Amino acid sequence: MGFFLETLIGGLMAGMLYSLVALGFVLIFKASGVFNFAQGAMVLFAALAMARFSTWIPQWLGLESAALANVLAFLAAGAVMFLVAWLVERLVLRHLVNQEGATLLMATLGIAYILEGIGGTLFGSDIYKIDVGMPKEPVMILEHVFDGGLLINKEDFVAASIAALLVALLALFFQKTTTGRALRAVADDHQAAQSIGIPLHRIWFIVWCVAGVVALVAGVIWGSKLGVQFSLSTVALRGLPVVILGGLTSIPGAIIGGLIIGVGEKLSEVYLGPLIGGGIEIWFAYQLALVFLLLRPQGLFGEKIIDRV
Amino acid sequence: MKSIKLAVAGAAIASLLSTPNVIAQAKEQFFPVLVYRTGAYAPNGSQWANGYVDYLKLVNAKGGINGVKISFEECETAYATDRGVECYERLKGKNGGATLFQPLSTGVTFALTEKAPVDKIPLITAGYGRSESQNGAVFTWNFPLLGTYWVGAEVAIQHIAKKEGGVAKLKGRKIALVYHDSPYGKEPIPVLQELARNHGFELQLLPVAHPGVEQKATWLQVRQQKPDYVLLWGWGVMNSTALREAQSTGYPREKMIGIWWAGAEPDVKDVAEGAKGYNALTLQHGAEPNAKVVKDLRELVYAKGQGTGPKEDVGQVLYMRGLISAMLGVEGVRKAQERYGKGKVMSGEQVRWGLENLSLDQKTLDGMGFAGVMRPVQTSCLDHMGSSWVRVHTWSGSKWEFTSDWYQADEKVLRPMVMLASSKYAEEKKLKPRTPEECKK
Amino acid sequence: MLYRENGQFKTSYADDQQLFPIAQDRWSILALTVFAFIGIPLLVDEYLLRAILIPFLILSLAALGVNILVGYCGQITLGAGAFMAVGAYAAYNFHSRLPGMPLVLSMLLGGVTAALVGIFFGIPSLRVRGLYLAVATLAAQFFTDWVFLRVPWFTDHAASGSVSVSNLQILGWQIAEPVDKYLFCLFWLTVFALLAKNMTRSAIGRQWMAIRDMDVAAEVIGIRPLFAKLSAFAVSSFYVGTAGALWGFIHLSSWEPAAFSVDRSFQLLFMVIIGGLGSIMGSFFGAAFIVILPIVLNQFLPALGRLVGLNISTAGVSHAELIIFGSLIIFFLIKEPHGIARLWSTGKEKLRLWPFPH
Repeated sequence: MGFFLETLIGGLMAGMLYSLVALGFVLIFKASGVFNFAQGAMVLFAALAMARFSTWIPQWLGLESAALANVLAFLAAGAVMFLVAWLVERLVLRHLVNQEGATLLMATLGIAYILEGIGGTLFGSDIYKIDVGMPKEPVMILEHVFDGGLLINKEDFVAASIAALLVALLALFFQKTTTGRALRAVADDHQAAQSIGIPLHRIWFIVWCVAGVVALVAGVIWGSKLGVQFSLSTVALRGLPVVILGGLTSIPGAIIGGLIIGVGEKLSEVYLGPLIGGGIEIWFAYQLALVFLLLRPQGLFGEKIIDRV
Repeated sequence: MKSIKLAVAGAAIASLLSTPNVIAQAKEQFFPVLVYRTGAYAPNGSQWANGYVDYLKLVNAKGGINGVKISFEECETAYATDRGVECYERLKGKNGGATLFQPLSTGVTFALTEKAPVDKIPLITAGYGRSESQNGAVFTWNFPLLGTYWVGAEVAIQHIAKKEGGVAKLKGRKIALVYHDSPYGKEPIPVLQELARNHGFELQLLPVAHPGVEQKATWLQVRQQKPDYVLLWGWGVMNSTALREAQSTGYPREKMIGIWWAGAEPDVKDVAEGAKGYNALTLQHGAEPNAKVVKDLRELVYAKGQGTGPKEDVGQVLYMRGLISAMLGVEGVRKAQERYGKGKVMSGEQVRWGLENLSLDQKTLDGMGFAGVMRPVQTSCLDHMGSSWVRVHTWSGSKWEFTSDWYQADEKVLRPMVMLASSKYAEEKKLKPRTPEECKK
Repeated sequence: MLYRENGQFKTSYADDQQLFPIAQDRWSILALTVFAFIGIPLLVDEYLLRAILIPFLILSLAALGVNILVGYCGQITLGAGAFMAVGAYAAYNFHSRLPGMPLVLSMLLGGVTAALVGIFFGIPSLRVRGLYLAVATLAAQFFTDWVFLRVPWFTDHAASGSVSVSNLQILGWQIAEPVDKYLFCLFWLTVFALLAKNMTRSAIGRQWMAIRDMDVAAEVIGIRPLFAKLSAFAVSSFYVGTAGALWGFIHLSSWEPAAFSVDRSFQLLFMVIIGGLGSIMGSFFGAAFIVILPIVLNQFLPALGRLVGLNISTAGVSHAELIIFGSLIIFFLIKEPHGIARLWSTGKEKLRLWPFPH
């Protein structure tokens, strides 16, 4: 029982991180109908920027305080992501208005290549460290309740909390601010939004900025967990089944989907894996998404208008 | 539009026609260098490549191989098989013909094993590649010098047995193998299974999918099963992730033993204290910042600003691996020159003979600056490995330190397996293994 | 002036329905084919054959297969690599387990197996479409990756999970030299490209296109979506599967599942979109673009760097290669979202009027 709970919690924590990546997908898809495959590369790019700035800034400014350096690096990396968002909107999306989904998808793959290349050139291709003081050692709780106790990873816990906080902030931003309302209007209907005077280009820019910030947070969390290196860009593939399961246009869907995928993956690997040879979690996540897809083609929380065939 | 197409086409033609400025001199021995400095495995791959190239530069700085200078060219494979094959095809005929290839990837090695015999170019895979290619009678062109994964697996079990106080104590123990789910990670499994049968321990197999950033479930299983030891067969980011997960599931790092590709600075540096006590096998050498050859390098190459990588990395584990790999290739050429004419450029076929008759005794090695770094290497037609000595080093939290004596792999276990596997290969390929007479030629 | 169909009268149904209705097209294609069969083997060196032309031919075939599914039937797939893997491993098993099995037959059977698997993984297409379908096919990709790593039977219990083939021959013709390999692939590609060209003009091809353009309307006029979609999956997977068998047998001769990873699937989808959806010609253009461009960039950039006195490191070259490659993709998509094939046909239209465009 204790072990089952541990697996469950581990899955939930991992799932929270997946949702963070999935959130980036959903934000952009909702506002511009672009399925952004560059999300993984953006995570990598943001994490690289953060990691490098946190070592460069103290050198440039002669700072002593690690915390201050981290804050400055975070702001600098955020600025870099805004720049990326601006360039993407200006140079790519603006010229691809009204193209088919597949074309836009390819364009984002192109963006992914460019980001990987520029990231490698500017920031190097070694392993870098983001140290924001995440606790590494596990803690044991409820030792007298279960045999052997429950091992909780503090780092995961902190990461999941940050992810939850970010989601809450985003929800507030979307519900309460004027920009957020404009974003929702664009998501509902491009033309209607445009006709009442919402500037589409600016909205897209903002959405990519928000996605950039989400990527940065995901990058910091994953980067401090795994070290910043090229493989971070593969987290995008982990986020895909999540958005499919949760629905491409639903923010709560990204969260719930992430949790379901996280838990499903870990439970399957731990309990089913040994029976059939292990290493099944990746495809299991996709199969899980596929089964949901066959039952509910629009995803758990997706909009119903998705055409059934 | 058209002008761009034209430009691209023109550029293509220009690049194909113009030979780069390492123009083939009559007296240059060409070493192609397959590297990966980008992609998921770049942090590990570039250290190896720096050591490899730096050693070639050092040989040139010292006057070449009996006066024959070395030319080299890098080609980026990104650890992908098809790009590796393209690089091989591109470089094999360049600058008077490639001397030998060292692909540093099990996948590329498998593909090139089929191509090298046709082109008559030897393939050095120091510490990786196909384990059965030790048998030079069948694998004429493969040289898994210094050790194979089977050697690693066997020694790892020896080391565990020693810690436990004898082979008999292994009975009933549980050993887990956490491995990269690819031919690389799967190589040790047959040996471990064989040993598990012989010694009566239980083997638990835990694959980790490429690139290995998601291992929570794996380590939850480790926590559940509580194996006595964990063998780590990873590469690149998989290693550091494994250590982090071990830390966060509270598995003692002292009970973890990595293969020599999971025992270098990039794997543990960022985990630092969290990896303290973690053991890894070494391919003879560890981090050797004080070896004489490294000092030479600092003086003759780095002092002149010709170093390939950052100065701090010189002498680190993977850097040394690359350096030693280059040294073995260069010594193969030197040996070949003894037979086919000193001061001449050797062909791939001649270098193959040199590699097959490599005989580096301790005195020679010490003279070259490898004192304390490695042990003698003696190859033959039947044994393309030349040496199977392994030590274990342990991460202290800030650096690697040797913590064991030398082990030698047990030929009694490995030889029959090598013979069986290589004869199966020969049968599949309809190859006739070389007889001792043919070997002498 | 030269490229004009004036005076070419179609006097029979056969004339009207032939594959290349314009004589100049017919002759230039024929000339190109003859050149590919005879000229190239005489002119080209081993590097070009082995490292560029053979991969190009094989990936063209795969792109053709993907184009049938994506371009003609409108079903996005990100699982092409999986079907290549199925084709390669199935062909390997037919080849090595059944003694005396002819090479061509085992490759065809590999394709058939891939087609069956393709039908199975095509079933979700009856319910979902677009990006959702793309992700469903990704499930196929990850699943086959796992199966070929985990089930030892498929790899003939090889310890490492890597398989290899050798001594390939057809009726005594040893396929060992690069030229032989090239000719074999070329022959294979020519046959199947012609077949595909004809298929897309036949009843079944028209059904696919009807489904692609509007599935509800297609259903109304009596096209069965089940049959049309699954047949597209089958034919496409067959092509992709045989391409996988060629890739394994002829190009690599020793391979592991990583040779057909998800990157390969993306690469193939790239090819058809860059090359041109719904165009046989486009598959070739796309394959050429994706196969050759990175190699050319990789070789050309250091030379360019030296020209301006820069010594670019290997890593620098690879990064620059990524940046340029990505930029070119975006550039093409912006300038010509319908792919290189559309550029080609625009060019042909212009040529018709040349030199008097008004």
